[in-house]
Amino acid sequence: MDAEQADWPLFEVFVRARAGLDHKHVGSLHASDARMALDHARDLYTRREEGVSIWVVRSSEITASDPSEADAFFEPARDKVYRHPTFYDIPPEVKTL
Amino acid sequence: MYTQALDAPGAGLPPTQDEGELERHFQARVDAERKIEAKDWMPARYRATLIRQIAQHAHSEIVGMLPEGNWITRAPTLLRKCILIAKVQDEGGHGAYLYSAAETLGVSRAEMIDQLLAGKAKYSSIFNYPTPTWADVGAIGWLVDGAAIMNQIPLCRCSYGPYARAMVRICREESFHQRQGFEIMLRLAQGTAAQKRMAQDALDRWWWPALMMFGPPDAQSTHSGESQRWKIKRFSNDELRQKFVDFTVPQAQFLGLAVPDPALKWNEAQSRFEFGGIDWNEFEQVLRGNGPCNAERLAARREAHAQGAWVRAAASAYAEKQRVRAASRAA
Repeated sequence: MDAEQADWPLFEVFVRARAGLDHKHVGSLHASDARMALDHARDLYTRREEGVSIWVVRSSEITASDPSEADAFFEPARDKVYRHPTFYDIPPEVKTL
Repeated sequence: MYTQALDAPGAGLPPTQDEGELERHFQARVDAERKIEAKDWMPARYRATLIRQIAQHAHSEIVGMLPEGNWITRAPTLLRKCILIAKVQDEGGHGAYLYSAAETLGVSRAEMIDQLLAGKAKYSSIFNYPTPTWADVGAIGWLVDGAAIMNQIPLCRCSYGPYARAMVRICREESFHQRQGFEIMLRLAQGTAAQKRMAQDALDRWWWPALMMFGPPDAQSTHSGESQRWKIKRFSNDELRQKFVDFTVPQAQFLGLAVPDPALKWNEAQSRFEFGGIDWNEFEQVLRGNGPCNAERLAARREAHAQGAWVRAAASAYAEKQRVRAASRAA
């Protein structure tokens, strides 16, 4: 019906639930510009005080890793168990380590 | 993420794997309860089934604003008006979450809206029934949202990640809808004789259409087998319908209202209610567009969409002007 009018750009929405927490991805929405995206994000994702801060970013600006190559992409970390503190055997009598 | 516009580098499929191999891999992943995400390989029929289901679900939320929207200006108190506005706003929000989830599968928002306005898309049969009294607002919250919750809670575990996440958000909000509806019914049932009659009349009219919301009986349900194998659907239509009856009948008894089904009776051995046959011809008629309000609902959506055209055009023009100005400042 609106053949002349394509969808507005898609924005991804990130909400900080409380001071001290990270912004977390909550969903997406269409808006004509970033300011409208912020207003809509407030109405769509924080109707019950779910946030104290919102980021919006155009979806087309995000570069994502490829899920079909996830195994190879994350493989370098797989054999490095020595990066975890639990790898090291410490005698129980040694305290505060 | 809720997006089909992600700029993922690299082409999708390694050319050496054939479709059968990919499909086995996909099914193994579904069987292991690992979520499928937007950029993952999926069978074309899985994608098509989800687009159809999520879009119908989104349309239902949007059309679902209309029967209750009728009562915003006539709510009996200011508090009831505020509650109803909040509920209708939630339905609009649910439509928006769901359209976003469908878009991750490669269909555009504009396409889905066009299909709805052109009368080519289905939406839940329930919203084609009228709301002549205030008790209908109570009955919708209690029964229609109650049936929707029964359908939607298993969808929170759907194999498709974006749909499942949208459903988690929706279910969190639906509980308010159902409870405010039951409370309206409770007030009416405890009120004057006329108010109680109004509540009974609404139950009489909404009971059977609410049972139809779970869809055709299992024996006639065309998409069920595949949807269950793909873990889109976790329970059959008849299982969910039975559960709804078992939950809801005691609530009606608490209200002192009579469920309009002479065949309804408790089966102690099976610890469930037996209930009478559903008029599937009525269901078919409403789905085909011949329900009491189908034409009115679509006309209302078309009118709202047309009346908003200048707002959308103005916002686009403003965004373009700002973009050009910013570009010339940068130059």
